[in-house]
Amino acid sequence: MLSHLRTMWLVFLHLFHKRETIQYPEEKIQLHPRWRGRIVLTKDPDGGERCVGCYLCAAACPVDCIALQATEDEDGRRYPEFFRINFSRCIFCGYCEEACPTYAIQLIPDFEMAEYKRQDLVFEKEDLLIDSQGKYPGYNFYKVAGLDAGVKEKGKGDNEEEPVDIKSLLP
Amino acid sequence: MPKIYIDNKSFDVKAGKNLLETCLSLGYDLPYFCWHPAMGSIGACRQCAVRVFKDEEDTKGRIVMSCMENVKEGLRMSVSDEMATAFRAQVVEWLMTNHPHDCPVCDEGGSCHLQDVTVMTGHDYRRFEYKKRTYTNQYLGPFIHHEMNRCIQCYRCVRFYRDYAGGDDLNVFSAHNHVYFGREKDGILQSPFSGNLAEVCPTGVFTDKTLKEHYTRKWDLTTAPSICQHCSLGCNTIPGERYGKLRNIVNRYNGEVNGYFLCDRGRFGYEFVNSENRITQPIIRNRTIEAVSHDLLIQHLAMLLPGQTLIGIGSPRASVESNYSLRELVGKENFYQGVNDDQVFLEQKIVDILQSGCVHTPSLKEIEEADAVLVLGEDIWNTAPIMALAVRQSVMKTAAAESLEQVPLPAWHDVAVKELVQEAKGFLANVTVLPSPLNEIAACSMQGAPDDMARLGFGIAHILNPTLPSVGVIMEKAIIIAEALKHAKRPVIITGTGGCNDGLIRAAYDIAVALKTEDRKPGLAFVLPECNSMGLAMMRAPSLEKVAGRVQNTPNVTVVILENDLYRRIPAAKADAFFRQCKNIIVLDALHNRTTEKAHVLIPAATFAEADGTFVNNEGRAQRSCQVFMPAINTIKESFKWLWEIKALLTSASNGQEKHPDELLARLESSLTQFAGISAVAPPRDFRIHGSAIPRESHRYSGRTAMLSNLAVSEPKPLQDDDSPLSFTMEGYRGMPPAPLIPSFWAPGWNSGQAVNKYQQEVGGPLKGGDPGIRLFEQTTATPVFSRDIPDAFVPRPNKWLLLPQHHIFGTGELSMYTKGIAERSPEPYITLSKWDAEQLGAVKGDLLSVKTDEKIYTFPLIIEESLQDGIVLMPAGLQGMDVWSWGAWVNITK
Repeated sequence: MLSHLRTMWLVFLHLFHKRETIQYPEEKIQLHPRWRGRIVLTKDPDGGERCVGCYLCAAACPVDCIALQATEDEDGRRYPEFFRINFSRCIFCGYCEEACPTYAIQLIPDFEMAEYKRQDLVFEKEDLLIDSQGKYPGYNFYKVAGLDAGVKEKGKGDNEEEPVDIKSLLP
Repeated sequence: MPKIYIDNKSFDVKAGKNLLETCLSLGYDLPYFCWHPAMGSIGACRQCAVRVFKDEEDTKGRIVMSCMENVKEGLRMSVSDEMATAFRAQVVEWLMTNHPHDCPVCDEGGSCHLQDVTVMTGHDYRRFEYKKRTYTNQYLGPFIHHEMNRCIQCYRCVRFYRDYAGGDDLNVFSAHNHVYFGREKDGILQSPFSGNLAEVCPTGVFTDKTLKEHYTRKWDLTTAPSICQHCSLGCNTIPGERYGKLRNIVNRYNGEVNGYFLCDRGRFGYEFVNSENRITQPIIRNRTIEAVSHDLLIQHLAMLLPGQTLIGIGSPRASVESNYSLRELVGKENFYQGVNDDQVFLEQKIVDILQSGCVHTPSLKEIEEADAVLVLGEDIWNTAPIMALAVRQSVMKTAAAESLEQVPLPAWHDVAVKELVQEAKGFLANVTVLPSPLNEIAACSMQGAPDDMARLGFGIAHILNPTLPSVGVIMEKAIIIAEALKHAKRPVIITGTGGCNDGLIRAAYDIAVALKTEDRKPGLAFVLPECNSMGLAMMRAPSLEKVAGRVQNTPNVTVVILENDLYRRIPAAKADAFFRQCKNIIVLDALHNRTTEKAHVLIPAATFAEADGTFVNNEGRAQRSCQVFMPAINTIKESFKWLWEIKALLTSASNGQEKHPDELLARLESSLTQFAGISAVAPPRDFRIHGSAIPRESHRYSGRTAMLSNLAVSEPKPLQDDDSPLSFTMEGYRGMPPAPLIPSFWAPGWNSGQAVNKYQQEVGGPLKGGDPGIRLFEQTTATPVFSRDIPDAFVPRPNKWLLLPQHHIFGTGELSMYTKGIAERSPEPYITLSKWDAEQLGAVKGDLLSVKTDEKIYTFPLIIEESLQDGIVLMPAGLQGMDVWSWGAWVNITK
């Protein structure tokens, strides 16, 4: 009996608490920056596509919902010819972001992706690519990758020596 | 068998091996870089360190490089020892101080030996905080991409390129920590084996440039065991597909055939499968809409065929199944080979010799182990490149074996053995029309006309067996060669159809038979022109010229041409005349060509990558090539499926019956006894391991739910394979498949092709369960019949020249030419004459000369070859778009 009365009292007290329910969609929810929502492809500080088409995100994806094809421009810089995410399969686990060696693929705090047709949940590169560096400003893979793909010459990257002069016998 | 102890466990192991091979054969994961099973040890990379103990009491031991230590009775060693493990991790850490951070854009990633070893040793975090070394790259031609930053200085590339394959334009430059592997200056790698650098290099310094055009990681490729289509050797390959396009070809180890290596034509000649020139839809000509659906085609054929005399023309590049199906469709008496008369004559001679069982025909492995080789009139460098590589190994190994008899060194000790051998070579006699790169290692070489080469052969046979007829004057070279062959235990004679002369084949046979004694096992190897030339020749059907005669006298002829461009077989005028006489022409082929233009009904056939099929190679080894992928367009089907569908139209009894390769081979076996045993070439289609098929896709295959979602978001039903025990999915049995069904080499921790170690009975030995392939010719004790018919010596004729073909590794193939890089390296048509002949004509190099043959005049620039026999004119064989010339005919040349 006592416990019933106590429960009713506690419920009554909740009338005076701050409300947890918000009036979505009129009122938007505050999400943390690391919240795992919609997937985007980001760009380098100099505006180039960050994705180098290494296929690691696709390999890491547990539901295999990422498909892409790498290609190269005339400087030898790799980029995806197409990049497709089937969001009707995506489980937003974030493994792709963890696997990405160039910080290209990122999950952002946006979940408002509902569609009437399932087919509209298939996102192509045009839908994924954003004009921003996302969560990791300042990183440019080609500055640290050694090879020359039109971003910097051999030896001009971070932590690189000038190319070896193979004609020299000096130590 | 010595007993050794590894981590206190005892093993009985093979003597004469080093500890690294032994550990790998026993299944230990011991990292290595510079050692290669085909090239031996040099102890350069310091990666395979183990700890060896003096005896049971010894706890201190010492670190040794396992690749440089011989197996000894009672040896105690430890692989998992803490000190050895730390040593190996340290070596990788040092190597990684300069290795760039570019795996995401490196084509080796995912099949990289350096990645595997780095993970295996446990190195994961960079402690070195100084700068990385960089190099500039070189342009190395259309096949190989160079990214020198990634180099770990293991020296495997130069050891393969120079020592193993005999190339001389790749080398190591500079000194100390600046060594550079490349060419003296930018330029195309000259060796036809350069593609192997992509597999030999443990990291991404040399990668496949054709793969780069449509890059896909190893784990994303759909792969299946296949057979190379570009010459008669039948090298085993693994083609990989993604998104409906063939992406690359890598080597599939077969201890008896190609071992670890492929030639560049085989490795890069796959792009015809992706060609825009593919036939994708059935075509019925002379209608408003020519491209038709499958049903319309069948309706049309059902109306067309009854009451017609069906004649079938087979093809040396179509599988045994397809040729047999055509033979079944048209009937035995209406089936023709689709190869010209001369070629059929030569091939028949070869099949007769091999079927007689008097002489053994060696596999490539046996050629490698030969101790004296005579190449009689075949330009194997261009017609069978991997055989040339095998011959080179035989020369090197024989020299090494002779030296090792004096000094007891282990055979795997590559540097020491090379030091000991110096310039010594085993015996090779290379007798060809033009000098070949093999001459560099030949003890004896000769250039001459085919008849003279045959006479040399008969001369040798006469010296070996004086009861055989003499050729008159005995040439000095014949004595040298005969002596060398006589002193060999395992001599091999190589000849083939490339010389267009049956005298060569008979002479080679006489020599081989004359050499046969109790303790001498000679081998006689033949080179044929195409991947299934042997399989087709074994069906013993008449030639193309015969069918032309037949069509003339028969009304209402419908000819069915199977994957064959007749304009590459007989002169254009003859082919045109033949086509004019046929009422209906039905052509099955994969690519448009001059023959398909003539077709009234054109049926799209699958290429090797989209088809199951069995091919018989030059040694009579039947090998199964499995379908790699299902073509996206469902009107592309295997020729044999089309042919059975057509047959069903004619005989209502077999209506709707689908034929599978294993059923076809079983029927073939019962109707043609020469193919006995061929049905065991691969496990039957209902073969399962623990109820599971063998998956073509890796367990890391990606994009399954997205790759087709742009077309329809609902995933289609997985593709079914009713023809083989392989599945088109990632699901299935992941353990060791039977040797003929290995879709790809992978083992836990071994993502690169080096995983092949796990599939072999012992490192460098046969695959588990035996190397794939069924040999259709067995040696018997039949009494040989010598050939006594010696051709007359070659005499140049006034104002006439003997027309002979010059084969080109890049250029001669019909299909390989669809690869851009191969087309780039193909020669322009030319006319080659000797210096004297050119002077007689008053022509200099580059002058346009006209050759008159088959009533047509061809004008090409002149090339002068000093060593060419006077009275011979050479022209390139089988260039794309060129007419076929009557090889062996006497032609006029005018300026």
